Amino acid sequence: MAHSGINVLFEGTNLTRLLLGMWTTFKIAAVAIIIGLIIGIILGILRTFHNPILRFVLRIYLEFFRIVPTVVLLFLFYYILPRQMNLHMPGTQVAMLVFSLWVAAEMSDIVRGALISVPIHQKESGLAIGLNKFQLYRYVLVPQAVQLELPATINLITRVIKTTSLLMLISVMDVVNIGQQIVEANNQKYPTGVFWIYGLIFLLYFLIDYPLSWWAGRLEKKRLEQTNGE
Amino acid sequence: MANEVLKVEHLDKYYQKKHVLHDINFTISKGEVITLLGPSGSGKSTLIRCLNGLEDFRNGEITFEGKKVIPNEKNWQQLRQKIGMVFQSYDLFPNLTVLENILLGPTKVQKRNVDEVKQEVDKLLQKVDLLDYKDAYPRQLSGGQKQRIAIIRALALHPEFMLFDEVTASLDPEMVRGVLNIIQDLADEDNMTMIIVTHEMNFAQQIADRVLFLKDGNILEDTSGKEFFKNPKTDQAQEFLQSMNF
Repeated sequence: MAHSGINVLFEGTNLTRLLLGMWTTFKIAAVAIIIGLIIGIILGILRTFHNPILRFVLRIYLEFFRIVPTVVLLFLFYYILPRQMNLHMPGTQVAMLVFSLWVAAEMSDIVRGALISVPIHQKESGLAIGLNKFQLYRYVLVPQAVQLELPATINLITRVIKTTSLLMLISVMDVVNIGQQIVEANNQKYPTGVFWIYGLIFLLYFLIDYPLSWWAGRLEKKRLEQTNGE
Repeated sequence: MANEVLKVEHLDKYYQKKHVLHDINFTISKGEVITLLGPSGSGKSTLIRCLNGLEDFRNGEITFEGKKVIPNEKNWQQLRQKIGMVFQSYDLFPNLTVLENILLGPTKVQKRNVDEVKQEVDKLLQKVDLLDYKDAYPRQLSGGQKQRIAIIRALALHPEFMLFDEVTASLDPEMVRGVLNIIQDLADEDNMTMIIVTHEMNFAQQIADRVLFLKDGNILEDTSGKEFFKNPKTDQAQEFLQSMNF
């Protein structure tokens, strides 16, 4: 077993490096999710207002981020921002920015969809007790929308975490990038190392994403049970 | 009239091109109960929804307590605290408990003291036998219970004037009585000014000081309750009462 591929993980600081890479991945995803969700909720609310200009602008924003592949967005921001606008940002920050904007766009659509599916009676009975627009959203519409949209939001989060695996393309030292470096450096000594490294990366992603996906499924089931017969 | 609560003058309402309310004129005085009767699609609901700004209208004027209402969202928002409304669909907020549903208006809109309002709400719930349900969620209640809570939610704002839009139309027959009793009590004990849209003819006859009979968006009769049920003047009203098996 002297040359078993699994040992590549324990060679030198490889394991620590991989875990640090995962931490970078996790940090970028977390920042993007928090900022993206907050902005997305606000944009989603704005998209339910009857202002045609506002709706048009936000729609363009959504479509841009939805249609353009994430890889292209990353390249656009990573290579074009510094050149055209003389704005130099490290890859990690570009990643956070792009992912935040992407999450915000997707989230705005989820929130808008949930808000308009809250029955019109809810809005009217809120107005009938004298709530102003802010109070109506704050106490009646948004809480109900959040319940409707939670599974979709969690699914968005799992997608964001998965998609961070593209970050090596803009030289972010995420877990995939570090894994790749380790594979290349140890190719002679551990020909099967690639299997173990990517196996571990698979496991790390799975450990983060699977519980989320399970949670989303459970919430959806619970909601269906609750609304049954209403 | 000195104690006139609401006055509607020359109100017209269109849905796109369709003229749904034609030159509506009436007044309601303090303590008066008007039932708004008429066949389905005659514009009853649309009319009372105009009275608290849930529908806009083309022409005409609404005067509330002597002041002309300038129909914009801000004014309506103020007025809706004085004009309570209960709808056909029992539309409690499903994300809030019964108590939270009722407290929302008085504490967030009117900024009244929470403990004071809670005491008052307890009394109101007691009166309709629903005190035990105050921490329940709407989905745990029956239709009749939800509708009673919806009425209390409106009353908790201390309205001067109540609008009831077919509040028993979606209820199982055995639930109807309980809800109508609350409205009857409001008339008898609190001398509440009310406009009631209903298809319960017995109830309408019993409670109405006055009847407005609406057909195709026109008020065809505006007369006392007694008179309307005994001697309806127009053919349409006679036909309507016959069709209701009354």
